[in-house]
Amino acid sequence: MASSNKDNVLAILSLSGGNDGLSTIVPYTDGLYRDYRPTLGVPAEQVIPLNKDLGLHPTMAPLKSFWDEGKLAIFVGVGYPKPSYSHFRSMDIWHTCEPEKVGTEGWLGRAIEEIDPKHDNVLTGVNFGRGLPRALAKPGVPVASVGALETYGLLAGIEGKDQRAQALEVFAKMYGPTIGTGYTMDYIHSTGTYALKGADILATAPGKYKSTIEYTKSAVGQYMRNIVQTYLAGFGTRVLYTTSPYNGFDTHANQAALHPMLWTDVSANVKSFFDDLREHKASDNVLLFMFSEFGRRIIDNGSGTDHGAAGVAFAIGEKVKGGIYGTYPSLNPSDQEEGGNLRFSTDFRSIYVTMLDDWLGLNSAPILGGTFEKMRYL
Amino acid sequence: MADQDIALMAHLLRRAGFGASLEEIQACAAKGYDAVVEELLNPEKQPALDDDLLMRYHPAYVQAAGIETNVQEWVYRLINNPRQLQEKMALFWHMIFCAGHSKLDHGKEMGVMIGLFREHGMGSFHDLLMVLSTSPQMMYYLDNTESHATAINENYGRELLELFSMGAGKDNEINYTEDDVKACARAFTGWNVAPSYPVFPYGRSIWQFRYDPADHDDSEKTFLGQTGRWNGEDILDIICKQPATARFISRHMYNFFVADEVPVPSWRLTPPKDPKAIAILEKAYFDSGYEIKAMLQALFNSDFFKDPSVRFARVKSPAEMVIGLMRQVGEHRNEIKPGLNEIAQEPKYMGMDLMNPPTVEGWHTGPEWIDSGTLVERVNFAAEYLGKTDLPGVRAMIERVIPKGERLAPEEFVSRCIEVVGNTNIADSTREALVAHVTKGGDIRLSGAADPTNFTRRCGEMFQMIAATAEFQFC
Repeated sequence: MASSNKDNVLAILSLSGGNDGLSTIVPYTDGLYRDYRPTLGVPAEQVIPLNKDLGLHPTMAPLKSFWDEGKLAIFVGVGYPKPSYSHFRSMDIWHTCEPEKVGTEGWLGRAIEEIDPKHDNVLTGVNFGRGLPRALAKPGVPVASVGALETYGLLAGIEGKDQRAQALEVFAKMYGPTIGTGYTMDYIHSTGTYALKGADILATAPGKYKSTIEYTKSAVGQYMRNIVQTYLAGFGTRVLYTTSPYNGFDTHANQAALHPMLWTDVSANVKSFFDDLREHKASDNVLLFMFSEFGRRIIDNGSGTDHGAAGVAFAIGEKVKGGIYGTYPSLNPSDQEEGGNLRFSTDFRSIYVTMLDDWLGLNSAPILGGTFEKMRYL
Repeated sequence: MADQDIALMAHLLRRAGFGASLEEIQACAAKGYDAVVEELLNPEKQPALDDDLLMRYHPAYVQAAGIETNVQEWVYRLINNPRQLQEKMALFWHMIFCAGHSKLDHGKEMGVMIGLFREHGMGSFHDLLMVLSTSPQMMYYLDNTESHATAINENYGRELLELFSMGAGKDNEINYTEDDVKACARAFTGWNVAPSYPVFPYGRSIWQFRYDPADHDDSEKTFLGQTGRWNGEDILDIICKQPATARFISRHMYNFFVADEVPVPSWRLTPPKDPKAIAILEKAYFDSGYEIKAMLQALFNSDFFKDPSVRFARVKSPAEMVIGLMRQVGEHRNEIKPGLNEIAQEPKYMGMDLMNPPTVEGWHTGPEWIDSGTLVERVNFAAEYLGKTDLPGVRAMIERVIPKGERLAPEEFVSRCIEVVGNTNIADSTREALVAHVTKGGDIRLSGAADPTNFTRRCGEMFQMIAATAEFQFC
């Protein structure tokens, strides 16, 4: 397998649960913000100003360095028409790019198929975490999903080198292609085959890795480190994905304590992620994207915030043109989405277009199921 | 006994419980299908798990704060409760009425919640919704504790409709509007958790439900077209009468007991896999006045359930995989010993963190249990336990493979092994791969060989390979 660290690579951190955009990119000079967020508003003097209207949450200081370097793109007012307030459904829409009907294929699954149509490399896409997010799912497309990089392997418990080798040989035969046995059986067969191929390769990644950079002990920290380890190992992986602990950002209650904790951890690990890549002189071809399935209700509920509509997203990388992209949604009651929510102005698929066309060198239209205006952040 | 009776009984025990050892399946088949269904449906007439024994060995289970301890206790009950359908229903409701430890933050609260499902899981659906709506765990998990007459929090009101009773839509229609969600949330204002007793000196007390009339929005509300000064229980009355509710619960039951359905969010637009089966369950729901037991009775006695085409038509959930293996091989059965905690963590490694579902919408089931990560976990775990030739269940399986004569041809050996493991769904191509593997090692000899343990070893090896098959992922 060619070590092809010059190909552009997309890393994604999904912030599961619905991150409160209003507390993340804070419209700190807007009087309406103070009115709607009497308890949870971030005080203006604590905000890290980006310009005269918007500022970062104070816990995001580590990300400010990327902003100062002009390498942090912030997307505001991100969403899609007719917002869904269900976690599951909204995340599905971000994953499948199908806001109208329920889709089963993920946009990254389709992208991986385009990058490697013959499935020459079972590690073209790798997910870190338990369970494959739908973004990466497309029947027949191999995507390794790794719960713990250090112990990854098939029939690892069979004693004796020869016995295990023989067992794996039988396994390979049993999971060979099937004909006409139905979707689920076909899917399990191909999953087994890819798991077998991928496991042996991936297991070598931690051994090849040395670094002085520390990550936090959280799941986000461990998986961000695993992404770097896998990328540096040179397996030709192009899409690396991970998700913060499920629904962690669902701050209906006690948001004043939870939200800062979440962003302290995410910011520190994103900083480590790039420090680590830079230490290995390997940051040029990595683009990191962060998003959440929706933002939250404009008015707080006294202790937290309920499910909302438009949110914020981020792209960070050496090739990123830093800045604010899109128009920050107005808090004016007449401009709000039904139910007291922020109205979106940037379709999330406009952000995907750039990653697909300009970063991964693919044709975005068939992957996204249509053409969308390109956000020029690269 | 006819092989057909055995195969049907094995199917019933896998679905209405967590499978059984070879001996148990045969004993049940001898009793007859109808008699076993009656036993399953009437747990109160069956012997109960010996709680005294459990508590004598594990006094720590009483008021245990740690989530691992609570999961461990549940896993012990899942493996050992003779009233298997009761435990299966506890799992069924846990997978629909999702609250999770990540938010509750005291392990016993989830243990209490599972106990409620165990106790009420086969009763009336109306009572069950009442139990749910007065469960402090759910009130806290979905922020009803933050919903007040003056400022509603919609979380519980919405999920009660979308995820716990009606579903977002059916037959291409939506089942309720955003205004219904708000009315529902208003009706449940004041349904709250009582302030806790001080922790000192007796430790943390379990949450209690408390209704606070002063915090209840008593004004008029219009819910699903009916207007009145509805309180929460009135809302439940209206919900239970809805055809959407009958449909939603029936589809969940079909998905859990019969065959994998499409994911829940698709139910509005995608019709049921077997509309006639759903109609039978819906009818049982209304005819019985929302009795879950009546629906289960209709289900287990139906032709659609007994039809061979639905055998192995579901991907095993991680709980079914782990608990099923323990019951089959006879590990941690009616025996309290170390190592249970590791077993109790296994479903989590396979993508099912018991007592802590990923979101309020629960786990995605069917093929979504499988990805290259979870498949590796499942194969490795199953191979480990089916290969432990000293375990009583595995020993009994080996006894049955032993040939009458001296030798066993590879084809015959593989067939016998498949039969005792119980995977009658093994495809010809898989069987051929297994036979080819055995053939390499030559005919199987029982005795007279220099190595008397050879036979046992080769049986264990074959069980491991069967455990690693794609077919073993189904139940």
